Amino acid sequence: MAERSFAREVEDLKLGDGDIFRGEGILAITKALLQSGVSYVGGYQGSPISHLMDVLADAKDVMQDLGVHFETSASEAAAAAMLSASVMYPIRGAVTWKSSAGTNVASDALSNLSSGGVTGGALIIIGEDYGEGSSIMQERSHAFAMKSQMWLLTPRPNLPSIVEAVEMGFELSEASNTPVMLQVGIRSCHVHGQFEAKDNKKPAYTLKQALENPISDVNRIVLPPASFVHEKEKLEKRWPAAVEFIKSRKINEYFGPETGDVGIILQGGLYNSVMRSLQQLGLADVYGNSRIPLYVMNVSYPMIDDEVADFCIGKKAVLMVEEGAPEYIEHTLNTLLRRRDIQTAVSGKGVLPLGGEYTTPVLTKGLKTFVETYDRLLLGNQPPIPDPTHVLQDPKIKALAEVVPPRPAGFCTGCPERPIFAAMKLVEKELGKHHVSADIGCHLFSILPPFNIGGTTMGYGLGPASASAFNVEADKRSIAVMGDGGFWHNGLATSVGNAVFNKQDGVILVVDNYYSAATGGQDIMSSRAINPRRKTNNSIVNAVKGIGATWVRQIDRTYDVAKMRDTLREALTTKETGPKIIVASSECSLNKQRRVKPEFAKAVKDGKRMVKERFGVDEDVCTGDHACIRLSGCPSLSVKHTDDPLRDDPVAAIDNTCVGCGNCGEVSEAAVLCPSFYRADIIHNPTGWDKFAARMRAAVIGWLQRRRQSKRVLFAG
Amino acid sequence: MVRFDAQLSTDKPISIAILAMGGQGGGVLADWVVALAESQGWMAQSTSVPGVAQRTGATIYYVEVMRAREGAEPILSLMPTPGDVDLVIAAELMEAGRSVLRGLVTPDKTTLIASTHRSFAIVEKERPGDGIGNPTVVIDATDFAAKRTIAFDMEAIAVKSGTVVSSSLFGALAGSDVLPFTKEMFEATIRAGGKGIESSVKAFSAAYDRAKAKSNDKVSALPTKRFDALPEKAGHPKLDRLVSRIRSEFPEEAHALLFAGAKKVTDFQDTDYAEDYLDRMLRLLALDRKVGGEERGFTFTVQAAKYLANAMAYDDVIRVADLKVRESRFERVRKEVGAKADQIVYMTEYMHPRMEEICGTMPKAMGLFIENRPKLFARLDKMVNKGRRVQTGTVFWFLGLYMVSALRGRRRGTLRHAREMQHLDAWLKQATDLASTNYPLAVEILNCRRLVKGYSDTHSRGLSKFDRVMSALPLLAAREDGGDWMKRLRQAALLDEDGVALDGALKTIATL
Repeated sequence: MAERSFAREVEDLKLGDGDIFRGEGILAITKALLQSGVSYVGGYQGSPISHLMDVLADAKDVMQDLGVHFETSASEAAAAAMLSASVMYPIRGAVTWKSSAGTNVASDALSNLSSGGVTGGALIIIGEDYGEGSSIMQERSHAFAMKSQMWLLTPRPNLPSIVEAVEMGFELSEASNTPVMLQVGIRSCHVHGQFEAKDNKKPAYTLKQALENPISDVNRIVLPPASFVHEKEKLEKRWPAAVEFIKSRKINEYFGPETGDVGIILQGGLYNSVMRSLQQLGLADVYGNSRIPLYVMNVSYPMIDDEVADFCIGKKAVLMVEEGAPEYIEHTLNTLLRRRDIQTAVSGKGVLPLGGEYTTPVLTKGLKTFVETYDRLLLGNQPPIPDPTHVLQDPKIKALAEVVPPRPAGFCTGCPERPIFAAMKLVEKELGKHHVSADIGCHLFSILPPFNIGGTTMGYGLGPASASAFNVEADKRSIAVMGDGGFWHNGLATSVGNAVFNKQDGVILVVDNYYSAATGGQDIMSSRAINPRRKTNNSIVNAVKGIGATWVRQIDRTYDVAKMRDTLREALTTKETGPKIIVASSECSLNKQRRVKPEFAKAVKDGKRMVKERFGVDEDVCTGDHACIRLSGCPSLSVKHTDDPLRDDPVAAIDNTCVGCGNCGEVSEAAVLCPSFYRADIIHNPTGWDKFAARMRAAVIGWLQRRRQSKRVLFAG
Repeated sequence: MVRFDAQLSTDKPISIAILAMGGQGGGVLADWVVALAESQGWMAQSTSVPGVAQRTGATIYYVEVMRAREGAEPILSLMPTPGDVDLVIAAELMEAGRSVLRGLVTPDKTTLIASTHRSFAIVEKERPGDGIGNPTVVIDATDFAAKRTIAFDMEAIAVKSGTVVSSSLFGALAGSDVLPFTKEMFEATIRAGGKGIESSVKAFSAAYDRAKAKSNDKVSALPTKRFDALPEKAGHPKLDRLVSRIRSEFPEEAHALLFAGAKKVTDFQDTDYAEDYLDRMLRLLALDRKVGGEERGFTFTVQAAKYLANAMAYDDVIRVADLKVRESRFERVRKEVGAKADQIVYMTEYMHPRMEEICGTMPKAMGLFIENRPKLFARLDKMVNKGRRVQTGTVFWFLGLYMVSALRGRRRGTLRHAREMQHLDAWLKQATDLASTNYPLAVEILNCRRLVKGYSDTHSRGLSKFDRVMSALPLLAAREDGGDWMKRLRQAALLDEDGVALDGALKTIATL
């Protein structure tokens, strides 16, 4: 069950010939897969391709009609291995993940796959998480394409081009017996646009047929001597076949005039930005007309030598626009021109930055330098280039930099991970700071304010493994944190198994929030919901015990800060050796609220007695030290100034987005903060007994209150 | 495909950047703009970079729209170019500031629509003092950077209509006339959507009218404080006496704070205690006059009026119990949680009494007796020191708190009171000793009382910071700029919990 329901988007998957599809890029890719007669789809969720997985998960009936098998793979490696179905059989398959993180995980299977080659079309859709808003290391998937000899498609970032790339990708894969990667950026995954749909296609050859008519061929197995033959095949057969296909189908595109003194070669994904830059330089217009010839590489690998050479011949210089480091294409381009002795100058990272995102201003600057160097007259009467520098240099704006606060990502309102890290902070106060190996997932936000907990992060499910060197005699133990997503992805064997086997004397904290929460709340092995199409409810505790862990504690309500703190303290101080594993479980608040809110509203509407909890702060009691906030960071726990002239500092305040998780109260109690927090239980549709009890209580309490009031001499207001 | 075109078109799309935080409906707003444009036969493209920003971080949604031209597909950009944005919509004041810092707002072309409400960032909230960013800096910057600014509290309008800020932002957009579409077309876009249509339309219309009226909200750097005028009659002879004392015995400059102070200590204890407060103040005023305070606007007296009241109305168990059981508090909680008349509300307080607090509430001799016997203290502490969930709305727990609050009558004999008064006297002595030789420093010593606050650990941390700040006094007493340095020390002390900034400041002072 994902965070978002895609029931409406699923309808778009049913569109037929001539219908106009309107929506996000990633949904267009999903539709394109079905139009291509794909037989099976797998993948691992993550930005920016989560929606592809989520839509397919919600599109059960469409998939059934078409006979498409869809699987939420356990990891990217599992997804890549799934493509093995296309090795021997003419079956089209597609898998997807976030790159380059996922490609790293999948690379073992990808190497084997591309060595043996494929019969049916095998498409790997990678969402490149790069540039602004990226959550991972900045690397290029291009390297994987080169080292394994897979082809890499980088279509222009508009829906018709992306959809065509999917369809063409399968054909290219089949024509060259090679798996094909299709790379889309974060922005193109989320771009809203439209394209003309086609009917969905049932697979020509089904998985069932394949399963019932198995084929084996030792030449496709990655074992010597076959693997030596594969290498030869890759270079002598598959590569030329791919080049021929790409040429004949004109996958790469040309824009602008046929000739010119200078030209630009670019990856397809950068097309819109390059065009906007040319427009700002007065060299193009918004409708795609350009004064400079452009060669757009919708296929970034392999390079089509003849096309590129022809484009360069007769030009004084070409600019290679290639994002990210290192500049693989530029290297190849230079090699090509030297080999063929073409005297066209190549400009690239010389005028453009080595790394970083190629935004419009960055490109404009580089393009301008390039044109000024080689074809100055072209620039002519150029319009003023948009430039906010004079604004930014004004003292008024500079003063702003001091005031505008950063907004680091943090735990959501009601997040069950908040009390875990509050407890860890409390233990830190008692036992001192510890080395904390973090992992990938929402819990990594604990490394940011206000918790500031965590030392390193090495990869998904690798938190405890990354603490393995610290398995030595010392006065402190290491703490490793891992989410339930990471645990099932890689952590059980690589981290917990490793720790058990090597008797790693540290603490392993598994944060179990019932979902793969950071990627949008997909179900995983230990999800508690009943998912009719998957086997959920598999216990993490049983799993770790199953591979030999002995000191295992389960905490079933992470909001119990005192218990959390005591368990952590025990784990850090117990005499027992080997890994100390704490499984801290409570449901992800985003998903819980999505589930519970409508149920609650409905019950109230039906007249049922329901109790809603939320927290508040008595502002007279609060003294404005904000210790509670330093142990929470909850979005609904904020501050406000009072109108009391005797007070200087703002007091804590809880807004109406509070979901009543209880963290505020538990923390102030466990940390002995202050008594200003209260929980209010609001009884909707009270029963007769509720009303009676409330009346009785109000009578006694009210009498006492009035009695005191009448005796006291107080100023009004 | 090769195209030739001698003449380049000068058509440009309208570019719109939306800066919003998670939960503010930035995506919905972007979708509305796209749907609106498409419904009028325009071309529209939107994109965003959510990533981890969807969890409380800030996100930019970027939309380009332009009139469709027969047979020509526009190439639209996927990200805003600084200096080339027609419209910036910021769903919060600091996000408006951020858009300016990113260069998205420029005087030659950008209309800025900003909601002036604040959603504080964690760095603003976690400060032990007041970490809230100055909003006037943002307004100064946006007024300077934008061609036109439409800025008012759109969050309040949305909340009033029972919806989220995206609806009122859409209304302000319609009212800004940047897009050539009518109000009816905008409204139809909302109506074509899914749920909560009526509340969305309500917020939309209200914001539309505000934008049309061209009346921006004023923001202020300082929080507004309520200064009540001295009343003629306060409803009781004892109260009247306090009021008339303030009026006749003190200069006018101090009246407002003295009245607030007298109110506070009366509320804390009783009118006798307030008389004590005024007596002490009178002595301080006499000193102030003697050292030439009149020329300085009686700053010493005014600041003493504020901080002496705070020092006398310290935070103890009795006060907490007293505040928790009041009828007015019961009503306030109902209002705060938005309970309807037919709903029942019960409160649960999270209390964690320790033996320290219990001893403090005992008569001085008895409290000291226990404190001086560590073993006994520890044994008793083991019994009391744990978290307690107090259900104030039930008779049993109410009575418990009610009885604790009834100890108010004996408060002046408690151990805690003795300690507080001792601390108070020492503090005032430091200030009064310096009043004649270094007036500004004396005033700053009074102001340092701000550091003492909270309960339990927080309180001891506050006290220790107070002591550390005061430790610089010998170095500063003879300095003409001693007051400025004291002020800096106090500000540093309020920057972080552990006093790292304060240590740095103290080291600086040691080198003076």
